[in-house]
Amino acid sequence: MVTPLLEVRNLRVEFPTRRGTLLALDDISFEIAPGEVLGVVGESGAGKSLTGAAIIGLLEPPGRIAGGEIRLEGQRIDHLPYEQLRRIRGRRIGAIFQDPLTSLNPLYTVGRQLVETIQTHLPVSADEARRRAIKLLQETGIPAAEHRIDQYPHQFSGGMRQRVVIALALAAEPKLVVADEPTTALDVSIQAQIISLLKRLCKEHGAAVMLVTHDMGVIAETCDRVAVLYAGRIAEIGPVGDVIHRPQHPYTAGLMGSIPAMDEDRERLLQIDGAMPRLNAIPAGCAFNPRCPKVVDRCRSERPDLMDAGATRAACWRVAS
Amino acid sequence: MSTPSTSAPGRLARFLDGDVWYSFRRTPTAMVAALIALVCLFCALFANWVAPHNPFDLTTLDLSDARVPPAWMEGGSGKFLLGTDDQGRDILSALMFGARISLFVGFVSVILSVLIGVALGLLSGFAGGRVDGFIMRVCDVMLSFPAILIALLIDGIGRALFPNAHDTLAFAVLILAISLTGWVKFARTVRGSTMVERNKEYVQAARVIGVPPLRIMRRHVLPNVVGPVFVLATIDVGQAILIEATLSFLGVGVPPTSPSLGTLIRIGNDFLFSGEWWITIFPGLMLILIVLSVNLLGDWLRDALNPRLR
Amino acid sequence: MSSTALVEVDDLAKTFDVSPPWLNRVVERKPRLFVHAVDGVSFAIERGRTLALVGESGCGKSTVARLLVGLYRPTRGSVRFDGRHTDQPRSAAEQQQLHRRMQMIFQDPYASLNPRWKVLDIVAEPLTEHGLASSADELRQRVGELLQSVGLAAADCEKFPHQFSGGQRQRISIARALATEPEFLVCDEPTSALDVSVQAQVLNIMKDLQRARGLTYLFISHNLAVVRHVADQVGVMYLGRLVELADKAALFASPRHPYTRMLLDAIPDIRMSGRARTPVQGEVPNPLSPPTGCAFHPRCPHADARCASERPALKAFHGVQVACHAVEQGRI
Repeated sequence: MVTPLLEVRNLRVEFPTRRGTLLALDDISFEIAPGEVLGVVGESGAGKSLTGAAIIGLLEPPGRIAGGEIRLEGQRIDHLPYEQLRRIRGRRIGAIFQDPLTSLNPLYTVGRQLVETIQTHLPVSADEARRRAIKLLQETGIPAAEHRIDQYPHQFSGGMRQRVVIALALAAEPKLVVADEPTTALDVSIQAQIISLLKRLCKEHGAAVMLVTHDMGVIAETCDRVAVLYAGRIAEIGPVGDVIHRPQHPYTAGLMGSIPAMDEDRERLLQIDGAMPRLNAIPAGCAFNPRCPKVVDRCRSERPDLMDAGATRAACWRVAS
Repeated sequence: MSTPSTSAPGRLARFLDGDVWYSFRRTPTAMVAALIALVCLFCALFANWVAPHNPFDLTTLDLSDARVPPAWMEGGSGKFLLGTDDQGRDILSALMFGARISLFVGFVSVILSVLIGVALGLLSGFAGGRVDGFIMRVCDVMLSFPAILIALLIDGIGRALFPNAHDTLAFAVLILAISLTGWVKFARTVRGSTMVERNKEYVQAARVIGVPPLRIMRRHVLPNVVGPVFVLATIDVGQAILIEATLSFLGVGVPPTSPSLGTLIRIGNDFLFSGEWWITIFPGLMLILIVLSVNLLGDWLRDALNPRLR
Repeated sequence: MSSTALVEVDDLAKTFDVSPPWLNRVVERKPRLFVHAVDGVSFAIERGRTLALVGESGCGKSTVARLLVGLYRPTRGSVRFDGRHTDQPRSAAEQQQLHRRMQMIFQDPYASLNPRWKVLDIVAEPLTEHGLASSADELRQRVGELLQSVGLAAADCEKFPHQFSGGQRQRISIARALATEPEFLVCDEPTSALDVSVQAQVLNIMKDLQRARGLTYLFISHNLAVVRHVADQVGVMYLGRLVELADKAALFASPRHPYTRMLLDAIPDIRMSGRARTPVQGEVPNPLSPPTGCAFHPRCPHADARCASERPALKAFHGVQVACHAVEQGRI
């Protein structure tokens, strides 16, 4: 058994508000093996971005981790003080965010940001750092890297900027890269380029990826395994082909059915009535039960844990039987 | 589908449940400031009944009561809690009546400022182009003059035009002068917000429906841009009262028959060095108290309404 | 152009002046700058059908939508609605008629409803503006019916927009757009900001309404899968120009224009992953300095000298319309 690179056990994230405490992530558990690409997919409000933020340690207060543990290479990182967390961020965990405009400091050249990151985490000289930075830029497909390294972010287009952000995330050679909606703000044709780049580079650098997105198409193209989040809980987790083509959880099935496909014509899209519950109104038992076409009485009172369902694991009482 | 709904709560219920009231209950500074402001307001409004004496009723004045020190000092008397001036007028009562004048001038000026500023700001933001450019240049010009100077200028022009003006006209000119110093910030704030709102889809939807531009400005944009105006207006009340006090201190403000706090400070100033400090200090303290409480309220309101700080 | 077409667009163009302010131009000798957001677009939409315009950012599809409903005035070209030009000087009554028959649904469900207004007032506004209800009771009743037709409850009219989710707000927008019983709806990316399952609900409602009321749609989107689901005809735009215009089946089965092929190839699709793809080259150029000749030629694997100098016109080719020299010449 390979030691998992990242282990998340019973993670709970809550937000104290003046109207009570909201539980945004409720008992999330999953693992990422070294070099693996795990997709975390869900609709708005499901908690996928929070999962990424909790792992990197960037939860915005008053949000806080209220329970469970996060282990990176066996070492607990969820309760570390700021200084230690800072050293882990960048060196062992890299991050890619959605908006390339705000991910880069507009006042510094691209090269300076790269070199600064490299030198902060690796014991190399300035020259060596610059060499590595140029090489990274070349790897991410930026033409004339030796020249463009001294340019400012605003001199790059959106897709180019996201490539620089990927280079920045990989600069200190992290073991895990957390990417939160890395292609959502980009044009369709650029999306394809960036996705394949991300996958290829991470493989070459030996980094595992946690890819957070709402786009199942991106998941299908990039990930080895995928976790489907619903109302702060994992509904289903498993190899990507199985989850997409043979979903066991009714929510996953509904989700797949509501995506218009490129290869077939349907008169109506499958629709799940209702909407994801708000954090202050999560139903008892299984969070999906009011909308589920296959609901039974047990679903309304007992919350199901993730259970084996063939190739995947699904949190559904129907699967247990 | 949507859940069956009960009727939406009324406006008061929504306000009391909202973040602003919650913030107020948790900010001691705001509550104290509001209390002080309310007390001053109350005394000012109901001065006729609250004040122990009427300092303007010449029949009740007695020169033998002149220059009495405050009650806790030697020679003071319980009849005149804060002492009297050189004509025997009770300082405490004069304070209340003076505050009334000051607050009146302050509030009305600000209301006028807001009306001018919001209207011009809406027009500027919505029309854009040359109209916007022109109004903004007017703002720039007005901002390059100190407020007092503008007020003096307009006041002077008013007096020159109407040399025998009786009091109401003098008040009107004063209020106009002060309001013309203050409208620019409202215009600019509203202009900025209007330009943002104008590009939002709900305004475009109204245009596609065929609603004429003036109605869009009034019914759609105005309610959405008027929020920051309240904060500015609150702080501006303090500013307006100070300008009025300064003008009255200089002798070009309110007519002498209706002394405001500024006038009282000026009158009392002459007696400062002969030892009767209370004649000028107490009106000064009252002025500070009013302006401070209004400013503190404005500060709290700005933070309470700022969504990022919540 | 067919005479049964409800909407006919002919050589429509819109240029925006984005020059630096006058003072900067004089002092720094900067030139005037123009963006040709829409550069000569022509198409027709038949009654009861849906034309989808697809393209990436900067292609001008949203501008076309706004030109059609009158939010922008065209720099060149014409729009004809039911045979009559929409931009000729008209009486106020005729202008109001146009507003009644043509409505728009916007992309952002959070910005398309006035946050300070109750839903009742929002949906009633077109009715009051056009005098379509004679009493407050009738107004309320009409609004209730409209809300029910999009799957909401009549009692929801007392609530404010912030009490609704994104999908529900978009349905309120649809209810508002349908208030005057229009014939033509321009939909600018109506589901792009919505989650997938909510998108399914909204798309289903839109299709049902189209069938029930015989509506004609212009559907703007960047999502080809959604377009495939809703459209009858598809137009592909690139840098302000139409590069291909075809019936849906023809476009998806055999795309002609190199850009269309590139787009279809680039989309990550959940059922067709792992297929061989031609790598995508380059990025959309800066609209301030578009390439000469065919706008796509710097990224096109089939470009030749003629493509760099001569702009191709939209021409019929085996039942579809394509603007490409290589296709015309039979090279691809």
